[in-house]
Formats: sequence, structure tokens, C-alpha cells
Amino acid sequence: MHGRPRKALKQEDEAALSAKTQKLRSLQAHFLANHHNRIYSKEALDVSAKLLEINPECYTAWNYRKLAVQHLLSNSDSDPHSIFQDELKLVEIALRKNFKSYGAWHHRKWVLSQGHSSIDNEMRLLNGFQKADPRNFHAWNYRRFVTELMKRSDEDELKYTEEVIGANFSNYSAWHNRSVLLSSLLKRKVEGYFPKEIFLKEEFEHVHNAIFTDPDDQSGWFYHLWLIDQTVKTDAPLLVSSWPSHGSNITVIRDNGLHGCGLSLLNGTLSDTRTLPIILDFNQAVEGINSSTVSIKSELLKEELVWKPLSTSNSNTAQVWVVYLNLGNMELQQSKTYSVDISIGHSKGIVSSNENHYADPSQISFKVFVQTASIEHSEGQGGKKTTWKHTNFHKIDHFKESDSIISAVQNHHIPTTSNWHTEEIGEEITKFRDLLSDYDCKIGKLTLARLLTALDSLSSQHDGRISNTEEILQLYTDLMKLDPTHFLYYKDEHSLISLKQITSTRDSLLPYCHYYKDATETITGYVSLQLQNLSLSRLGSIENLLWVQMLDLSHNELQSIEGLEAMQLLSCLNLSHNKIGSFTALGPLRLVKSLKVLNISYNELGCHSVDTTRYLCPSPLSHTEEFAWDRFEILTGSVSATKFWEVFLIFGSLTLTELNIIGNAVADENFRSFLVKVLPTLKWLDDEELS
Amino acid sequence: MAELATEKHVSYILSVEKRKDNFESVVMEHLRMSGAYWGLTALDLLGKLDSVDVEEVTSWLLSCQHESGGFGGNVGHDPHILYTLSAVQVLALFDKMDVINVDKVTNYIVSLQNEDGSFSGDMWGEVDTRFSYIAICCLSILHRLDKINVEKAVKYILSCKNMDGGFGCTPGGESHAGQIFCCVGALAITGSLDLVDKDLLGWWLCERQVKSGGLNGRPEKLPDVCYSWWVLSSLTMIDRVHWISKEKLVKFIIDCQDTENGGISDRPDDAVDVFHTFFGVAGLSLLEYAGVKPIDPAYALPVDVVNRIFFTK
Ligand SMILES: [Zn+2]
Repeated sequence: MHGRPRKALKQEDEAALSAKTQKLRSLQAHFLANHHNRIYSKEALDVSAKLLEINPECYTAWNYRKLAVQHLLSNSDSDPHSIFQDELKLVEIALRKNFKSYGAWHHRKWVLSQGHSSIDNEMRLLNGFQKADPRNFHAWNYRRFVTELMKRSDEDELKYTEEVIGANFSNYSAWHNRSVLLSSLLKRKVEGYFPKEIFLKEEFEHVHNAIFTDPDDQSGWFYHLWLIDQTVKTDAPLLVSSWPSHGSNITVIRDNGLHGCGLSLLNGTLSDTRTLPIILDFNQAVEGINSSTVSIKSELLKEELVWKPLSTSNSNTAQVWVVYLNLGNMELQQSKTYSVDISIGHSKGIVSSNENHYADPSQISFKVFVQTASIEHSEGQGGKKTTWKHTNFHKIDHFKESDSIISAVQNHHIPTTSNWHTEEIGEEITKFRDLLSDYDCKIGKLTLARLLTALDSLSSQHDGRISNTEEILQLYTDLMKLDPTHFLYYKDEHSLISLKQITSTRDSLLPYCHYYKDATETITGYVSLQLQNLSLSRLGSIENLLWVQMLDLSHNELQSIEGLEAMQLLSCLNLSHNKIGSFTALGPLRLVKSLKVLNISYNELGCHSVDTTRYLCPSPLSHTEEFAWDRFEILTGSVSATKFWEVFLIFGSLTLTELNIIGNAVADENFRSFLVKVLPTLKWLDDEELS
Repeated sequence: MAELATEKHVSYILSVEKRKDNFESVVMEHLRMSGAYWGLTALDLLGKLDSVDVEEVTSWLLSCQHESGGFGGNVGHDPHILYTLSAVQVLALFDKMDVINVDKVTNYIVSLQNEDGSFSGDMWGEVDTRFSYIAICCLSILHRLDKINVEKAVKYILSCKNMDGGFGCTPGGESHAGQIFCCVGALAITGSLDLVDKDLLGWWLCERQVKSGGLNGRPEKLPDVCYSWWVLSSLTMIDRVHWISKEKLVKFIIDCQDTENGGISDRPDDAVDVFHTFFGVAGLSLLEYAGVKPIDPAYALPVDVVNRIFFTK
């Protein structure tokens, strides 16, 4: 099926092919008859062998050979060695015909596993095959099978990859196998390979040779990235951020009315959850967050708390975990300060997906003040309409203590790393700058950008300075021009770096923060984060934005809001004028129970036939959620949800009071009336008050 | 740019279905069930599934089923998980699942799960993450995913994850776009995509696009139309498909058409076959090419077929 030219055959070739076809067809018919009648005579075996020599892909014939072997072995005077030898010979012939035949390779494995054949010959055969086709992944797989069977050491195999790479560095398969072998040696803590800084330096040298010889050859690219990752990343999971942050003061409003209390940070008219979330954000997905691994001491705690992974999947792991302190049923005393002490990881049980244990026991303490105020509840909770007009926002000259803004600098401490990481990355930076001074290539620029990012993240763990951002941004800008095929990859990276820059300190955040005018009229006022018009195509640095309650992301180029679910305080979100192309892309919002106001006007909902977040949003398609047929039937009277299932899944689990959806292809009258049914809490739709 | 020669491709596919005399069709005889799935799904994506005799196809299909519940690649061939999925997919296209005993097919697949969570292709024990995908996809279509140990199945797939974020056939196996589709697809269907390193894998996948616009299946290999499907569907499932140039890829696929006799080949000016015709059309579908129905990136069936399975009570 591959690599055959598209042209009519000459007449004599045509005739030859026709004869070949005849022969193959008759062999096949003959073979199948033998197979069905369980005939394992010498002649019958020959038929199957001839068939496999012409067509090694005919899997049923390999199965027949195995049955024949079993049949022959059942004779008391059989010679197992010669029976299996015949099979090995046949496989070899078949492989010479088609090196990629799954059936032939598996037959060989099966024969070897029966234990009557010598494996010594296998290495010789493999070396020959692998010389002829050094990238054949079947051969590499078989090699791993054989080396395990003969207990050949990882070190010996590592030497083999060196030989192969020495002969020709352009062999991705060999680099790949090197990563497998080194990971295994590292995991088993074999002397000379543990700790990893012992071999990393040498490996960097090794892969430079490949990349610098021909920077456009991809063989070493991914291996080099893996080495950077090995240098920078700590194995054990770390807590990178929390809300409330350590040492912070939270003011809670106790309402004289009927509504218990809400967070002062929230506009009183918007908050009705009466719960205080506690958010833990780790540097990688973890499992095992529960009341024994994370203990909370506080007067405010009246019941056992259940930690929830903020994840849209079936796995019980997540990078962000949340718990809700329920303040609704509590007699809170005016002007009293309640302290909350959380200790994390003092007992074992927090584990990352690669089975590393959390190793940084830490403490988060914060205080909760109670204030009393009467809040007007005319027209219920959603009586007022939120406007995103510029005039409603006031510049902030400096933050107040009560603004409770956290940034990268105030994030939870990260244990200091020893110097070798920084030195190694520093050396790589020098090398890649040298490369770029000789040759302007994309992998040089991209790697330099990644190395500088790595350096910044290492140094920000020490002193909080991010020093190379401007250069990194410039590199990604250059890459967009240099390699337009992957334009949006670089743009996404650019967005991530921009957001990192914006959120790195309170000072860097200040120009993007405004007080919402309506809020200033109420008790304390709250801060709105204004990230509109920044040409963002992707969200990031959410760990620095856990405090955000009102967020304006309008006029960007977002097609996804992956990660936004960590903003558990978010109540107003403006996504208008972006590139959101499907409802499932709003999936993260289902985890944001505090969300009341959403503007997704002027996006691309309904414009696309392909939904790229179909499997990232919980649904029956991915067995992450049952479909609520009862409710759907009540709402629609229909037993077919093929049309509106996404709308039902997303909006059916939100309690929005305001929604703007105008300016999307999907937003016709039919759709709007469905929305109103699905969202009974809705008071405003597209700036019109619903009656 | 030239356009998709829809009419030609439809008649090419219909002619392949009938032709049994040339060398190609004899060599491929043992995988005719997959051929049927490729051809029929391509027809459906092109809006021409109604030009097929449903009764004829289903009765032939049933004659390939074995006592074990599994399907062979053709009449007389042994049962294998590969052809069992193809058979189930064909029945899904026709909305004809009632012609088989669903529990029997389920039992066949369940019997192939191994202690470590992996799946064998048949009774002879070849293990491969392709078979994990097939088992999971097939059982999900049959609404029987709960019959296997999903947790173990997912764990096995993760043990095949590599330093580049991709996946191989077995632990330690090199990443390959076809294998990545299988593993990402299986993780998608089991709600486990959070276990994929989307940015790392996304970069590897988007770097499969070569200068001609086509996609290759591994670094430093030639582009090939079939990777339009495997790479694109994987990128789509992890929401990173915008990282490649869609226009260039559309052009590459269009350039691989045989505009005279219909069909699509692996590369421009090579001989066409039904396999590459399907993957070319499926790729165009994921590229939102006008006139081609949308295909589901995980189940590899038209979206309307998948929605009918999961969103009809
Ligand atoms: Zn191909």
C-alpha cells in the first residue's frame, strides 16, 4: 500500500501479475481448506509456507502454523528443536519479504517463548536487520524482547545505541531507546547513573553533536528537551500556590438579612454560596489529598471536609484541589478573628502520577474577620446588571491590604535547589547562543527560549526576579516569522510568557487591576483583573490568579480556557470577542460554582464542524458523566439530545444570572429559548431582562 | 487549488468493494472487514452511504463471525480483535447493531484482557496498545465498557508513554503516530486525557508536518496521507490541532488524489488504495473541508453516528 507508483503496467507485466494473482488465490484457497480441515501434513505445511512467503500479512496462516506446531509436538517421537527451527526459517524469509509484518514478528516471539530454540542466533539476525533498516520499530521492539530474554544489561544496550548513533546521529529510534535505558538505570539507582546529574552533562554533550551537526534534523530535538526537563523538574510534587495564601486576612461579611454571610471580596449582590473555598495548586497532578494528608484546624470547621480534585476526568488526580468551608449555618461573631491553620503533607499519602511522594511538609495559616453589613436584596440576587464598560472601572494607584492579591512572588515557597541545575542550564544557554551566532535556525531559537524560561523559573524560586522575559518574547515573535507553519504554537507559548510576566509581582499586576465601580459603592469594593486586548491565544499562570473574582479577557484570541477552573472565586467572566468555537470549550466553567455572570458574545460558537474539546469536557462520550435524561426530557420533551447535548451539559450545571451570547452563529431564537429553559437562574440574556 | 474529486472517489470505493480479481484485492483478502469499514465510512463522510446494499454487507459480515463472538477479516479467516472492531463500526454506520448478539461480542473482547491490563489481539497472545484501543472503542460503542477493568487498561497504556509524550506498542516501544492515535483515543474514551502531556505530545505531533504540508508518522520519515488521520485526530483530541498549518495539509491531501480514476494514495503520484482514500477523506473532514461530513476523532466514525449512539435514549 505504500510507495507504489501510480501508472498502468506494461502488457507483459500485466500478464505476469495476473499469473501471480492466480497462484496466490489458489494457495489461499488450498491453505484455508487445510486449516478448516485441520490437515497438518508436510504438503499442507508447504502450502502455508509458500503463501506466507508471498504474503506474510496473512495472519490466519501464522495461526495455522502455530496449531500445526502444537499438533506436531503432540507426537511422541517429534523433535521440538527442528520443528521450531523450521518456523524460525520461515519467519526469516517472510521478514525479508516484508520487514514490517506484525504477524511474522509475533510468530518469531511465540516460537522463542516456547523455549526450545537458542536465542544466540537472534542477536546476529537482529544486528543484520537493524543495519539494513536502523529505524524499524518492529526490530527495536523485538530487540528489547530478546535482550530481556537473554538478560543482557541496560549498560550493554546503551553501548549499542552509542554505536548506532556514532554511525549516523540521525536515528530517532536510537535516541528514544537511550531515554528508555537511562530512565530504567536511573529508576533502579544503578551506580554511575544515580543521581541523574552524573549522566546529564555527558548526555547534553552527546546530543549537541547531533543537533549542531544538522540543526534541521529532528533526531536529537526531543531528546534534548527531555534532558532540559530532567535538569529542571523536581520529581516530588510541590505546592506552588494556595488561596488563601499564607499570612493573609480574609474579611467575611455577615449579612443582617436572611442570607447568612458572603465573602466581602465578592460583590454582596453576587455572592450567595456562603462558602469559603480553600484552593491548593501543585506543580503537577497529585492524588491523595484528604483529611489525613491535609489537616485543617479552625473554629470555623464544624464538619469533616471533603477535598475535591478540580479535574474533568475520571482519574482521581488533579493539579488543583479545593475544599469548601461552609459558613452558612454558623453563628459567626461580629468583629471576631478566626484563624485557620492548614498543614499539608505531614503524613504520607500525597503522590504524583509517576509515584513520587510529596516531600515538603508545609503550613498555611490565614485569618478570617467577620463584619456585619446589611445588603440590599431587592429583586433577589441578580437584580443588577453587570456592565463591562470602561467607565465602570477605576484605576488603582496601590493595592490595599484587603485586596488580597497574590502573585508569583508571594506564592508558596519552593525548596531551594542546588546549583548544578542553574549551572547546567547556563552552559546550555551559552552553547545555543553560539549556535545561533553561526546559524539562524528554529530549533536554536526555540531551545534558547525554553532554556531562558527554565533559568527564570529556577531563579524565581530563589529571588523572585524574572529577568529574561523580554528576550524570550522576542524569540517567540521571531519564530512566528521563521516557521509560519507552526505559528500558533509559538503564539500560544508567547501568551504563556506574557501572562507569566504580568502576574509575576503585585507591581506588574497593578496596571491590569481596576476597582469595579458598583463595588466601590458597597462595603469594600473588589478588584477586577483586566486582561483584554492582549492578543492572548492561551491562558496560563493561573496559580497566580486564584484570587480573581472578576475577569475581563475580552478581545483576545482564546479558543480554550483550559486551567480556568482553578479560579474558584470567579463570579464575573468576560470572554467576548474571542475564538471560542464550541460549548465544550467552556467545560472548565462547570467546576466554577461561584460563576454568575458570563459574557461569551462574539465568539465562534456554531461556526465549526470539528469540536477540539469534545473529549476534554466530561460527557457520556468519554464515560466521565451520565447524561441526565430525566431532566432533559422534562425540559425538552425529547429523547434525542443529538442537537443540544453540549448546551445542556454545560449550562445545565451552571447557575448564571447573566449571560451574553449574541454574535455567535448558533444564537438563534430556537437556541435562546432552549437556553432559558436550561438556565432557570438566568435574569438577563443579552442585556435584556427576562420576565 | 484543485478540489476534492468526490464523485470519482465514490465510484472508486464502490468498484473496490466489488472487485476481487486483481492482485491487490487478493493480497488484502484477509482484511476485507477493515476494507469494508474504510470504504463505507469514507462513503458516509462523502454523503453516499445510501449507494450500498445494506443487506448484502451485513449478511457477509455475519458470515465472518465465529462461535467465540469475534470476527475474522473475511469468510474463513480466524477471529481477531482488529476485525471485530471493524465489524462493529460497520454495524454502527448502518445502525444495525441488533443483528448481532452484543453480549457474545463483548465476551470475546473481555476474554482478551490480560492480568496487567493490556489486551491480546487474539488467542495467540500478541500484545499491543492498538488492541487496548480497539477493545475500549468497541466496548464503548456496545455500551459495555464496564465489563473490563478500565483502570488497569489505562495503567497499561500509560506504561507505554515515552519521553517525547508519545506512546509505543508495548513498554519501551518508540512513539509512532498510529500508536499515539490508539493510546490517545483509548484515553479519550475512558475520560483519562488529563494523563496525557498535551503540550509535549502536541509539539511532537505538530512537528510531523513537513515542508510539502503532509504529515509523517515519526521524525525524519516521509509524509503519508494516512498520517493526516492519525496525527490530526490525536491533535484534535488534545485540542492542539491549531499548531499545524491546515491549508498546507489540505493541499497535500488534494495533491494525492487520482483525479482521473478516483482514490487517494500515500503520496502524490503513487498508486491509490481504499485505506489511504479513507484516511485522506477523514483527514479532510477534521480539516473542516466543505462537503465532507465531520468525523469523530476518537471513535473514527461520523459524528452523527457517534452522537446517535450516545445521545439517543
Ligand atoms: Zn500510509
